[in-house]
Amino acid sequence: MSLVARTLEAAGLPTVIIGSALDIVEHCGVPRFVFTDFPLGNPCGPPDRRDVQRAVVELALGLLSGAEKPRTMVRAPFDWHDPEWRGRYGRLDPAERERLRQLGDQRRARVADRKSRYGM
Amino acid sequence: MAAEEAAAMTPSNEPVRYMERTRLYYRALGYEQDYVWAHYADVPFVRPAKPLAECRIALVTTASPLTAVRDDGSVAKQVWSGSVSPPPERLFTDNVAWDKESTHTRDRESFLPIETASLLAREGRFASLAVHFHGVPTEYSQRKTLTEDAPQVLSRLRADGADAAILCPL
Repeated sequence: MSLVARTLEAAGLPTVIIGSALDIVEHCGVPRFVFTDFPLGNPCGPPDRRDVQRAVVELALGLLSGAEKPRTMVRAPFDWHDPEWRGRYGRLDPAERERLRQLGDQRRARVADRKSRYGM
Repeated sequence: MAAEEAAAMTPSNEPVRYMERTRLYYRALGYEQDYVWAHYADVPFVRPAKPLAECRIALVTTASPLTAVRDDGSVAKQVWSGSVSPPPERLFTDNVAWDKESTHTRDRESFLPIETASLLAREGRFASLAVHFHGVPTEYSQRKTLTEDAPQVLSRLRADGADAAILCPL
């Protein structure tokens, strides 16, 4: 999505990203970014929290009108309700090594099959 | 390697280092080459041509329509558009990387805030929400995103008369 933001902006259309993968977005470099420190999947706020979702969209609007230079980032002032979430995503359990290796083999086979059928 | 993995996995109050975790995860899956994320020194920037109160704003997501799922379970990856009125109740997100242990995507507003944005437009924070939102798939191929998908999104935004866009990747 960072590449889309850059393309739109270069064509003259102002953009703001609302997202939770701070390192990936900053590594790419985008015009405006509202960083929400939530698990991937709910960049605009926790499910059913309309108050937080509204505040996050308002931050995005503020950046659209107020940012003066590229790479302008604001961090939304909200914490996820469960502080343990950061340790869960993509964790590697040593006991799972063989299962992951097999999973990788299955994925490669599936992708090869799809390429042969759809050419993608 | 063990220390590197431990550091990448240690819970803390710091933002998660997704690039590092993703590299380690795919190495564990047996992929020999690390993914190279896009990286640029220069960033384009343009100010809105008019005040926000006069701007039509569009929303963009990385989710797919429920109809994108093929009979064999695979998902068609292509730019698509949907109506904001009425908004879709549910979208398909299973093919996108997100934290399926910590949360869920059953509340579409949590990743594509159509109703929230509509409300803010009615309150006068900006002129209007564009009649369509747009979906752009997360692609492994940066070339495809840059040469096919992003120009397609731009074309659709212009067709709707959008003055600015809010992009919400899952």
